[in-house]
Amino acid sequence: MGERFASVDAVVARLREVDYLADGNIAGVTYLADRLEKPVLVEGPAGVGKTELAKAIAASTGSRLIRLQCYEGLDEAKALYEWNYKKQLLRIQADREHETSWEVVESDIFSEAFLLTRPLLEAIRAEEPIVLLIDEVDRVEIETEALLLEVLSDFQVSIPELGTIVGKQRPIVLLTSNNTRELSEALKRRCLFLHIDYPDVEREKEIVRVRVPEIDDQLAEQVARVVRSVRELDLKKSPSISETIDWARTLIYLGRSEISPEVLGDTLHVLLKYQSDIAKARKELVDGK
Amino acid sequence: MKGGLDRLKVVMDEAQEKQAQMTAATGPAPQTMLDVLQGFVHELRAAGLPVSMTENLDGMHAIEHVDLRDREVVRSVLAATMVKHQRHRAAFDTVFDVYFSLFSPAAEDRAALALPDELFGGMQGDMQGGGAGGDLSREELAEMLLRALQSMDMDELRRLAGMAVSQFAGMEPGRPVGGTYYLYRTLRQLDLDDLSARMMGQARDRGEIPDDPLQGRLAREEYEARVRELRRLVEEEIRRRLVADRGVEAMARTLRKPLPEDVDFMHASREEMLALQKAIQPLTRLLAARLAQRRRRRHRGHLDFRRTVRASMNYGGVPAEPKFRRPHPSKPEIMVVADISGSVASFARFTLQFVHAMASQFSRVRSWVFIDGIDEVTKFFEGTDDITEAVHKVNTEADVVWVDGHSDYGHAFSVFHDRHELEVTQKTSVIFLGDARNNYHASHNWVLQSLQKRARHVYWLNPEPRGYWDTGDSIISEYAKYCDGVFECRNLRQLERFVATIAEA
Repeated sequence: MGERFASVDAVVARLREVDYLADGNIAGVTYLADRLEKPVLVEGPAGVGKTELAKAIAASTGSRLIRLQCYEGLDEAKALYEWNYKKQLLRIQADREHETSWEVVESDIFSEAFLLTRPLLEAIRAEEPIVLLIDEVDRVEIETEALLLEVLSDFQVSIPELGTIVGKQRPIVLLTSNNTRELSEALKRRCLFLHIDYPDVEREKEIVRVRVPEIDDQLAEQVARVVRSVRELDLKKSPSISETIDWARTLIYLGRSEISPEVLGDTLHVLLKYQSDIAKARKELVDGK
Repeated sequence: MKGGLDRLKVVMDEAQEKQAQMTAATGPAPQTMLDVLQGFVHELRAAGLPVSMTENLDGMHAIEHVDLRDREVVRSVLAATMVKHQRHRAAFDTVFDVYFSLFSPAAEDRAALALPDELFGGMQGDMQGGGAGGDLSREELAEMLLRALQSMDMDELRRLAGMAVSQFAGMEPGRPVGGTYYLYRTLRQLDLDDLSARMMGQARDRGEIPDDPLQGRLAREEYEARVRELRRLVEEEIRRRLVADRGVEAMARTLRKPLPEDVDFMHASREEMLALQKAIQPLTRLLAARLAQRRRRRHRGHLDFRRTVRASMNYGGVPAEPKFRRPHPSKPEIMVVADISGSVASFARFTLQFVHAMASQFSRVRSWVFIDGIDEVTKFFEGTDDITEAVHKVNTEADVVWVDGHSDYGHAFSVFHDRHELEVTQKTSVIFLGDARNNYHASHNWVLQSLQKRARHVYWLNPEPRGYWDTGDSIISEYAKYCDGVFECRNLRQLERFVATIAEA
């Protein structure tokens, strides 16, 4: 049983120390992941701080973050381990003159020195505390998902030539998904589920204040409210938290202390990335249609 | 582990005691926390959520680790273990609110309210607890609410919400009406729109809102959000009292609603329809990604000799890793012909929206709408990203009335045939949408016969339950003769399944 956090409140406090503002839901699930030693599947729109959460947990618990970035075509060789084929070939060729027996060569070329560890194996073998982040898991094929499932449920791996390697500890595991496809039920069953949505005005304001320390309270409040208003519109891509922060910084650089319609109109492109979205927001918020 | 269980027992006893107090007068025997949880899971399943055995166990382990008095933490850990689809979250929350309403923060200091005559104190008009004492006029209460909303004092708001419910809802024990009725009665007296307008007015008088449209809009949204919060508190209060009166199971049963994917198109309420609209985008994206992937992997392309030789260099000339060309499978072309007369209008619009959102999965999507006349509406969808706007244009601009504006499938189909017969090819799938209620006109089903010969497939989607087919003026089997498939399509789940089938075919 993990004991990294003493209570749900402790999660909030410790994440706060590393500038991550967790709401009750995020903190509750993080705490539970630690206690139940179960991986967490984190879903939500792009840019609400899913990857950031893993980094913050690692930083606040003094763990090393191991990250496996998923993509279509990711396979065992890239996720788990692979034999260094080229080096093995060289070794065999270098051996020709010495006439070493095959058994010796074999035990030699299938040893640690020829093993390329990939993130999952690295996480299993780690001695120090770690946080394992499996990013954008929705991009891998169903076969790779099955592999992940197997590794995550026992946290051990069998390499035929080396034997079974059992993890020394249970790390906190986070899987993020942008929901481009439905993950298998089996994977979902084994994970805790956390949906992170855009923050409410209060939390977003706090986030802005933490990330942009030079901003004053009133402007931060205004920023958060305008962003809420923008997100209410029916847009192709709503502003993410990082875009909110960029926008707040822009306002500071421009020396603005409050947001007039003109200022908003001039800086909308920081918040929104599609021309049609910018046009729509301008019509609704700046011209006040 | 042991510590956890002991703690669980202590908290369970506390909860039991509290519940015993609460329900002493109303009847049901006190339950343990585990009973509550089992009932809860049972209700979740009844509401359609797929909670597995392991997830159930996980949930029980989970609550051993948290403070049961903190309702929001309990909510988040139970949701994390039992709800694995965000679109099921709303259903989960409803059930949770019912089952755990007796543990609400407000319940703590209002044990006094638990006696039935006080629970439904509205009839006598007397107020207990909270020190309000006696009857408050509507205006006084509104004043107090305004003050609480200005400062966003949650405790005060909760107390006032309780008072409002006692006073205006007129709740009576055992009366068989739904929570919406009480909610309506309370809200009518509170007049929430007026509240937010008055807050706006006051703020403006104090000069807090500069006179530009942006600030005005922001302030209005803020006040509306606060009023929504008040509304939520009132709902919570009503639900809590109803649960205390009727018991948890009965209450949960009355609140049970279909999951978004099971909502019937033909009978969706306006709110349900809005929720469905929102569900379209993510759903089509999921489906499109799945289809694209399957299509790519179903058959590999030819061997790519050049890249294979290139890759073999890595392995000392051994072609250990064959490379293949990317396949270019042909995508089907889709023609959708939809009845948009009154009875099936929302179904047709919804399906058009769905199919056009899936356009990337087809080589071309064209659509027509008809009542007794027929008009092509492809152009409305093609020029714009905004599907809602396109649907609006379909409603207002499409020319679909020929004689009297009553469905005439036969006439619409024969016009379609005259104009577009030659455009239907071996690559085209034609999909007809409608209930085939033809007002006793001629069916002209030779159109479908002719199209079936030319097209790859002809399908028909009917939004009516199968049992109603061919009753009254429905002549679906006349047309079914010449279709490759006729499907009942009443909800999102069925629609999704159908679109997946044709995109793969």
